[in-house]
Amino acid sequence: MLSRTADNLFWMARHIERAENTARVLDVAHRTSLLPLDIEGTEAYLWYAPLNITGCAAGYEVKYGLARADAVTRYMALDPDNPASIYTCLRLARENARAVRGAITSEMWEVINATWLELNRLSRHMDYEKFPDYFDWVKDRSHLFRGVTLGTIQKDIALSFIKLGTFLERADNTARILDVKYHILLPSVHDVGGAADYYQWGSLLRSVSAFEAYRKIYRDVISPLRVAELLILRDDMPRSLHACMNEVEAALIDINGSSGREARRRAGEQHAALHFGRIEDVFKQGLHEYLTGFLAHTDLLGREIRDAYLARRDRFGAMPLRSAEQVQKVS
Amino acid sequence: MNTTPTQNYFNEMHADNGAVRDIYQRYARWLAELPDGTLERKSVEAELLFRRLGITFAVYGEEAGAERLIPFDIVPRIFGAAEWQRLELGIKQRVRALNAFLHDIYHDREIIKAGVISAHQVLDNALYRPEMQGVDLPNQVYAHIAGIDLVRVAENDFYVLEDNLRTPSGVSYMLENRKTMMRLFPELFASHTVEPVEHYPQMLLDTLREAAPSHIADPVIVVMTPGSYNSAYFEHAFLASQMGVELVEGQDLFVHQQRVYMHTTEGPQQVHVIYRRVDDDFLDPLVFRADSTLGVPGLLDAYCSGNVALANGIGTGVADDKSTYLYVPDMIRFYLGEAPLLSNVPTWRLSESEDLKYVLAHLPELVVKEVQGSGGYGMLVGPTSSKAEIEAYRQRILTMPANFIAQPTLALSTCPTMVDAGVAPRHVDLRPFVLSGKEIRLVPGGLTRVALSEGSLVVNSSQGGGTKDTWVLED
Repeated sequence: MLSRTADNLFWMARHIERAENTARVLDVAHRTSLLPLDIEGTEAYLWYAPLNITGCAAGYEVKYGLARADAVTRYMALDPDNPASIYTCLRLARENARAVRGAITSEMWEVINATWLELNRLSRHMDYEKFPDYFDWVKDRSHLFRGVTLGTIQKDIALSFIKLGTFLERADNTARILDVKYHILLPSVHDVGGAADYYQWGSLLRSVSAFEAYRKIYRDVISPLRVAELLILRDDMPRSLHACMNEVEAALIDINGSSGREARRRAGEQHAALHFGRIEDVFKQGLHEYLTGFLAHTDLLGREIRDAYLARRDRFGAMPLRSAEQVQKVS
Repeated sequence: MNTTPTQNYFNEMHADNGAVRDIYQRYARWLAELPDGTLERKSVEAELLFRRLGITFAVYGEEAGAERLIPFDIVPRIFGAAEWQRLELGIKQRVRALNAFLHDIYHDREIIKAGVISAHQVLDNALYRPEMQGVDLPNQVYAHIAGIDLVRVAENDFYVLEDNLRTPSGVSYMLENRKTMMRLFPELFASHTVEPVEHYPQMLLDTLREAAPSHIADPVIVVMTPGSYNSAYFEHAFLASQMGVELVEGQDLFVHQQRVYMHTTEGPQQVHVIYRRVDDDFLDPLVFRADSTLGVPGLLDAYCSGNVALANGIGTGVADDKSTYLYVPDMIRFYLGEAPLLSNVPTWRLSESEDLKYVLAHLPELVVKEVQGSGGYGMLVGPTSSKAEIEAYRQRILTMPANFIAQPTLALSTCPTMVDAGVAPRHVDLRPFVLSGKEIRLVPGGLTRVALSEGSLVVNSSQGGGTKDTWVLED
């Protein structure tokens, strides 16, 4: 497969996944904002979280200053000038898809293209109350895209690069949600079992579609330790770090090739740590420190993948070609 | 002000007495029985279909990345099989002669030695590529894909308007138009025996295989695009996926020891045939435009060494230039020893002082074109232009008369077309796509382009023209 094609597939999937995750983060912020939260500067405190998770707090502050519900929502949902907005993610997803139309099925292209066309029919000045519907719509389109992908595409390395993009992005996002949310929720940790706490943790679980699973698995009050265990170590939770790294490692093994050895080693190492890890050790290290370490590893893995498969290697430094010639000279 | 020429146009559906021509009989009966509003509804449906599929093109000069649909007209244009067979013979003859001409001028130049065409006309042409002198191409084919634009002025009178031997586009519309028609009107295809066109991508793939360097048994073929902002990008992606080959950009390729490779996830892979939709000028910054970022450094060297084939070959522009066009009937006689089956439009060369004098005196009646222009840009259609436009164009001509040719305003035939006011006659042309490999192939029909404004004779999509499905029916 062309390196550029792999690159476009990878980023197409990443941007769709990122749009969905941003919708989830904003959705949960909305739900949380409806609950009583007894700390100073509640609104700003609460609405910095989505900005921090997606790494666009600086860009926001330049434009709007203090975090306000309405402004943050618009900035992250529909602002074409925000490089991390849902709008921009869906635009980039389509641009990447358009560049590889031949490598995806026409059904996949139609989902992405129709999403983009519908998005542009929406008003930039959407009523604030309409946003929950909008977030549902973004999630639906992402689900539809994934379903259409699995239902139509040939199971070859194109699919592997799509999975790689999807699950690297998802792992990254789950780690961020957990990290940022954990900080917000810290003030009430001593109050385990309280009603507000129940809703706070409940909305975090809902943002990653894990609320029902939590009830089913633990049948007990929601505790930070268990939430962390569920979203980090359980491999049966589709958005947990462990489940994501399962998929990332499998995709890298399918892609294989001579150049991805270091990427495979890193993915394997990260996967093993999750596979054999214990939540008590995570908390002993400190959840924030643990998650920061995980994000740094994921970032390095992303770079390895880019260097091994996605980047166009220097014209004259194309290593495999040279080594092939050397072999010929010897024989 | 209505300056529409008042000639009688050949109406392809109705004879002068209003009777429906034989070949349209069945369609006309179907149309008459259609409940009111059906065509309007289907038109809307068709547009949605095209937009959802993203069958769009970009218009140069508009906001970067702006995408537009080429309007699709849902009334088909119909040819009879016998009529088409006559056309097909003429088209093949013409393309055969054009390829023979290209081989000749890049080798022994017999046609110049024989005095049929001047050395100046060929060798001083900006599109002549001296780098190609003496380069041997498989099957002596230069223009593997040709688009021959035809217009009809009477029942049996067709003219060749121009030959497109560089990177003719539009074939994806021919294929998508047919798919859309079959989806919208399955009953029409049940009642008519329409010759299929769907096998075009397979024929193209066969043609490209035959273009490969002769020692390569199983060539790796790619389609090369200038990128997703090119106006025909949809078509490039479409053809690549229909043929099941990679769509590459210049940045995906590199040359190493006169061989072309593409960057893949498994390392470099050698490429043997490039169906390039990038113009000569941009192909190789080491030889042509040094500022080109669309090309591949060293590509020409690899090409001339015979390690990679390009379709179309380099330097075909010298044969489709509007001043060379005049000589195509002579080429047919010279190389094939046959009488031309298709006529050229009578043409004045403004480099000749007699012609220039005549043309300047008759600008309001004539069509004037730039010799190296294409896409309907920069032409003057006298009868539909204002006095001021004509005067401005006169000044352009006078600065460099040799850059222009002039032709009479042709009475292009009309076809019934769906417009706001209902079904009305509009002017059309036809672009069949001709594939040359070991043999010459083409699918029946081609792309019919239609000028959607009343009276307009300019069918180019860049100028607001639309397209139609083109049917060849068994008589």
